Amino acid sequence: MNLDFGQITPYIPFMLEGIWVTLKFVAVALVVGFILGTVLALFKISHIKPLNWFATAYTSIFRGTPLILQLMTFYFAIPQLTGYDISPFLSAVLAFGLNSAAYISEIIRAGIQAVDRGQTEAAMALGVPYRQMMKDIILPQAMKNILPALMNEVITLTKESALVSTISVLDLMRRAQVVGADIYRNFEPLLFVGLIYWIMVFGLSTIGRMIERRLKVSDQS
Amino acid sequence: MIKVEKLSKKFGNNEVLHDISTEIAKGEVVSIIGPSGSGKSTFLRCMNMLETPTSGKILIENKDLTDSKTPIHKVRQQIGMVFQHFHLFPHLTVLENLTYAPMKAKGIKKPVAEEKARQLLKKVGLSEKEKAYPGSLSGGQKQRVAIARALAMEPELMLFDEPTSALDPEMVKEVLDVMKDLAKSGMTMVVVTHEMGFAREVADRILFLDHGVLLEEGQPAEFFTQPKTVRAKEFLDKIL
Repeated sequence: MNLDFGQITPYIPFMLEGIWVTLKFVAVALVVGFILGTVLALFKISHIKPLNWFATAYTSIFRGTPLILQLMTFYFAIPQLTGYDISPFLSAVLAFGLNSAAYISEIIRAGIQAVDRGQTEAAMALGVPYRQMMKDIILPQAMKNILPALMNEVITLTKESALVSTISVLDLMRRAQVVGADIYRNFEPLLFVGLIYWIMVFGLSTIGRMIERRLKVSDQS
Repeated sequence: MIKVEKLSKKFGNNEVLHDISTEIAKGEVVSIIGPSGSGKSTFLRCMNMLETPTSGKILIENKDLTDSKTPIHKVRQQIGMVFQHFHLFPHLTVLENLTYAPMKAKGIKKPVAEEKARQLLKKVGLSEKEKAYPGSLSGGQKQRVAIARALAMEPELMLFDEPTSALDPEMVKEVLDVMKDLAKSGMTMVVVTHEMGFAREVADRILFLDHGVLLEEGQPAEFFTQPKTVRAKEFLDKIL
């Protein structure tokens, strides 16, 4: 068997730095996705028709086209159209953030609509204004339905983030390719970052299961 | 206090309320009874605009609820509502359930709201439950908390939508007792109920609804012994 991990040893710190890049990227994209996704979800359940249409069209476009195409579009189209020389990292965050907003908005919408309609009625009957009701009564209860599905989205995002290597963001995946090109051996660095991805996802799923268990315990009503 | 004028409500082509007019005076306790599907709950829910009437007017203290210019959440602050399935806020403690709306909707300070809430809990006999979450209460306790929660807003009118229908039989009395006390204290109450004993004993007036039509109204003593309409007589024969 022709496997030699000895050769990648000097590159290990270089590859490990990719963890930080990947995590930073996933975290920023997730925050963008969550904030925008919440707004879109509120648009979807709103009684104002144009807001419904906008959110539905948005979701349809971002779920209906390949992510890699969206990524390339942001990276190449923005400089061409606006003259702004967008960095790979920024275009990647934009593409992933906007894309996951579409998915997260569906998760949040479903979570809100799963809250008993009586909760809305009780708050309305008490004369609580809509915004207060959403913030204090509906969203906290919706979080219980949302969190497990959201954890799945985080895991997907972490794995899919490897796509950003195609626009030369120096993430884990890209670093493995760089090392491979340097030492003319691709399998070992790929295997190494593959292991790192797996450990990260394993960690995330463990956290997800813990959250789900905690939610079950507090769910007694 | 409440004036209902030619109220109609349609769900699609299905007319659930037809041309209802009545008046309810301050301090009056009115029971709405009738077979299931007669539109009792819909009628009640129109009185705080949880259902939007298709036509007609509802005036509460001369404010027309059906007028889109009326600030509906302000009016609702004066109308307490108790639901069949309680609808307590499960993520808040009993005390927080009572203080939430006064603090957030009326801007009452926390210590004041809590003091009022404790008085009300004492009144419904649940002082020791203030830190409990709704999930740990029995049905009867939940409904008593729900009544206290509505009262915490200091409403001028209380609406009850089948408040005892979801309770185990042995818990019905504790809820009815609270309602009786409330009626004695002079609260204006509109109660949709299947508890004929309560209607007979506590109500000042009975409204009998059938197929969305207000068929008959009158004093309980009269209504229960000599109903004027055949439909009301049939209904009473079946349930009494």
